[in-house]
Amino acid sequence: MQLLNTLYVTLPESYVHLDNNTVRLEVEHETRLRVPLHHLGAVVCFGQVSVSLPLMHRLAEEGVALVLLDANGRFKARLEGAVSGNVLLRQAQYRLAGDSSFAIGVARNCIAGKVRNCRQVLLRGARESKAEDDAAVLARGANDLAASLRALPAAGDLDTLRGIEGEAARQYFAALNYLIRPAAREDFRMDGRTRRPPRDRVNALLSFLYSLLMNDCRSAIEAAGLDPQIGFLHAVRPGRAALALDLMEEFRSFADRLALSLINRGQIGADGFVEREGGAVLLEGDARKAVLVAYQERKQEALTHPLLAETVPFGLLPHVQARLLARTLRGDTDQYLPYLVR
Amino acid sequence: MVAEPLDPIPLSALQHWCYCPRQCALIHIEQVFAENLYTQRGQALHKRVDDPGFELRDGLRVERALPLFSDSLGLVGKADVVEFLPDGTPYPVEYKHGSRHKRADIAACDDVQLAAQAMCLEEMFGRPVPEGALYYASSRRRRIVAVDQNLRAKTKEAIAGVRNMLAAGVTPPPLADDHCRACSLHDLCQPEALHADAGRAAAFATLFEAED
Repeated sequence: MQLLNTLYVTLPESYVHLDNNTVRLEVEHETRLRVPLHHLGAVVCFGQVSVSLPLMHRLAEEGVALVLLDANGRFKARLEGAVSGNVLLRQAQYRLAGDSSFAIGVARNCIAGKVRNCRQVLLRGARESKAEDDAAVLARGANDLAASLRALPAAGDLDTLRGIEGEAARQYFAALNYLIRPAAREDFRMDGRTRRPPRDRVNALLSFLYSLLMNDCRSAIEAAGLDPQIGFLHAVRPGRAALALDLMEEFRSFADRLALSLINRGQIGADGFVEREGGAVLLEGDARKAVLVAYQERKQEALTHPLLAETVPFGLLPHVQARLLARTLRGDTDQYLPYLVR
Repeated sequence: MVAEPLDPIPLSALQHWCYCPRQCALIHIEQVFAENLYTQRGQALHKRVDDPGFELRDGLRVERALPLFSDSLGLVGKADVVEFLPDGTPYPVEYKHGSRHKRADIAACDDVQLAAQAMCLEEMFGRPVPEGALYYASSRRRRIVAVDQNLRAKTKEAIAGVRNMLAAGVTPPPLADDHCRACSLHDLCQPEALHADAGRAAAFATLFEAED
């Protein structure tokens, strides 16, 4: 498996087209960028970007995803070739989504992955914290998550599971404030998770990172031949990629860690956001670009997968896990094992 | 209920089946395909033989990219090259990358694919095809293969194996041996991740335990 680059086109009024074997980006007839096609795994366009039809044909032919997001990073559309591959896999997915004992098994393991990985964020923060008070709060948060984790096996239905997950998330986000370096706490404080729209800077940053991650998880689900809308933990709703959300749970802590390091290293400042009348907070221009660059770099970082023989770049983990999930649905393994951070 | 007859089996599936039944299932049931160095080399090689047409060479009529089929065996595919001897006997030549000194068990898979081609040609032209050849690109040598009773029996066995697998729609477990290393589908197959071992068992056993 090879991790290819994702080209994020964020410049408004830009025009992307095919020029021999390269993708060329122009703004007002001036060339800003050329990228050879064989370096690309996906082209992601934010907001109003024009894409030439010949480029679309070529991307489809080469299997390079073309994804259209709105200016805020919400998924709009994806260009895809003929419906891919394995109808037996999708059939199994539909059948098993209706099999409540199977569904709850996958859902429980997804949540376990999320809780464990989030707990690692708090534990590491507690270890590295210089203030005793902060360390104590973080350690307490980690204990709360441990209790949630241990409560999972006994949860007999999806609502109970979602309840445990919700409580764990509340405790986790409450502790997250203590992972921000003291000098930045004024500007970056969150009062729980808010979305649609986010009401503070941390939430705005998290929402943006989650939308990038979500898009990658969705791509991985589709590349594995699964239907992204039929999930096990997340309920089916029109327009919602429930299975991509299921897969995303175990990776949320990666986005959280990245958000924290962007803030703590000063790569994102308070001026990277705008507050709109009424309370919505949005990530803006250059800061957004800095986040995209950091996310792209994080995707190249190699991690050890406990079940594979080799290290895997973070960017490929959703693909590895989507395939493992597909294998579980096809009966190769009896349970789905999420990716667990060491 | 009358069972729907299966589509003919692609000739290439037989070679995949002999190499690894799971590889065959991944390609023909799960419909995945991944390129690696080996398949890319193979494609570059086949570019040369994939243009349909015929020529005369050394008194032989040579057909390239000839469509093959056998209704009785339920096979369909394409021959890289079929040479027609002066008496009209078809002589299949299958192009392979690598050297003709490849491992015996892998070479045996090529033999099965060639024998299946020979059996298609027999049905198409109504005359015996006792022999064919594998052309190995690296060593630029032919290896003559006698399509004898033993090889025919093995080929029929492979055809039945593939047909049963396709009908059942079940993907067999990984071989998880040295076949996996050179396999183009390694990353899609995930043999290590599926291998039931102590690490995997431990991961499940401790999934809900909090460790520091």
